[in-house]
Amino acid sequence: MATSATQEKVHYDSVDAIPLGEINVANPYLFQNDTVGEYFTRLRREDPVHYCAESRFGPYWSVTKFNDIMAVDTNHKVFSSEAKLGGIAVQDMHGIEGALELEMFIAMDQPKHDQQRKAVSPVVAPSNLLLLEPIIRERAGAILDSLPVGEEIDWVKLVSVELTTMTLATIFDFPWDERAKLTRWSDITTASPETGIVESFEQRREELIQCAMYFKGLWDQRIDQPGGNDLISMMAHSPATRDMPFLEFLGNLLLLIVGGNDTTRNSISGGVLALNQNPGEYQKLRDNPALVSSMIPEIIRWQTPLTHMRRTALEDAEIGGKQIKKGDKVVMWYLSGNRDETVIDRADKFIIDRENPRHHLSFGFGIHRCMGNRLAELQLRIIWEEILKRFRFVEVVGEPERLLSNLVRGITRLPVKLHAH
Amino acid sequence: MINVTFVSADGTRRSVEIDEGLSAREAALFNSVPGIDGDCGGVCACATCHVHVDQAWMDRVGPPEEGGMESDLIQFAEGTTETSRLACQIPMVPELDGLVLHLPELQH
Repeated sequence: MATSATQEKVHYDSVDAIPLGEINVANPYLFQNDTVGEYFTRLRREDPVHYCAESRFGPYWSVTKFNDIMAVDTNHKVFSSEAKLGGIAVQDMHGIEGALELEMFIAMDQPKHDQQRKAVSPVVAPSNLLLLEPIIRERAGAILDSLPVGEEIDWVKLVSVELTTMTLATIFDFPWDERAKLTRWSDITTASPETGIVESFEQRREELIQCAMYFKGLWDQRIDQPGGNDLISMMAHSPATRDMPFLEFLGNLLLLIVGGNDTTRNSISGGVLALNQNPGEYQKLRDNPALVSSMIPEIIRWQTPLTHMRRTALEDAEIGGKQIKKGDKVVMWYLSGNRDETVIDRADKFIIDRENPRHHLSFGFGIHRCMGNRLAELQLRIIWEEILKRFRFVEVVGEPERLLSNLVRGITRLPVKLHAH
Repeated sequence: MINVTFVSADGTRRSVEIDEGLSAREAALFNSVPGIDGDCGGVCACATCHVHVDQAWMDRVGPPEEGGMESDLIQFAEGTTETSRLACQIPMVPELDGLVLHLPELQH
């Protein structure tokens, strides 16, 4: 997609030449052309808590260093996630004409957040995942066995999307032949019209209503059948969720679909890309497949599949010496904190055998920390164990294409060629 | 030095020594006791160092502060009980010399 058509086109010869006040790291094109890292490096060095006075998302603060991000993320009593105040992304959740005002617990404060999260959390708890592991492994193996060796294929379409969609279908006990619907609903939930994924917010609204009606049908079937350990049955039977208003029901479902789909999908693609860009690390992995366990958190750090989470200040506060006013929009850039060299050793390097690889920001911290973190790690571990059994080399043979989004750090196409052992 | 015994889900007991002033999380991690992840670095932000305090020690360790961050986080851990604590919030003080902590099967 051409960047020249946008008014947010970069006019300067280098990032360092841009006046600090003009830096707007929320410009989605910086993520699509993968240049945003240079901007974050400069902000971490010169202005780690940075104010952008003017953008199409309104004024906002950027928090770019690891420890400052941790301080905001763990201070949920001051920094709110509430949808009505704008929610959890730099783009306000509400107030777009034609958009659907979804309600989801990620965009709620206590105490309602806690009740709803507790109700759905058991489905992705480690003990439930142990039950899912053999199914996911079998299905992952089948996906890999179906791929042609030695031909150019799109890894995103044939592996990353397939694997995460089938996992999601497993968790929801979703009708198997219709599982492609889940991928579509996941894509449109985070899409705005400029991405080309939907034509308009009205179209998005229509499709999401169809999604809601479909799930309502599954809900109605399962509400009379107690004991199911799929997500829909759990929500239909839990006192905390069974009487949920329609938009809350839809919002929480979509939260789980996006949370369990885009993020892991892009980490699966991002891992292949990172290993190709760092052949020495790929060789370490071939020599010692047990390194998968420390490589998985490193892939999740490296990819940072959600670039940021946003909060709204409920009162005046200080972050990194800057005065934040009540009502200000505060953006925690996990992608930047994950490259903070003052906290992470050689943060700009992809290293699969780090001593402390789990110390990263990709899952967030505090009460809104990613609920599906263990499921994400499980899927990534299984897919890499199964890849290593089958292929000597997943070779990237063309330029990756990236998603136009300042929230989902997505790879939309990754041409690869498979080499057997 | 303070002595702490970690009992894993399968019943294995591991007795370790740790400097006074550190936490029970560090007692596990610095002595390579499996079962504690401690992703956040020990700042009460992730609940991956969930432990069950042995009943005999509950009086001395005490419950997490009501309405505090530790209680906010513990509610989302798996298999919590009234003796659940986050190991990073248990400071190693002389009164806790000999402490026994039970590890959950898995950390969420």
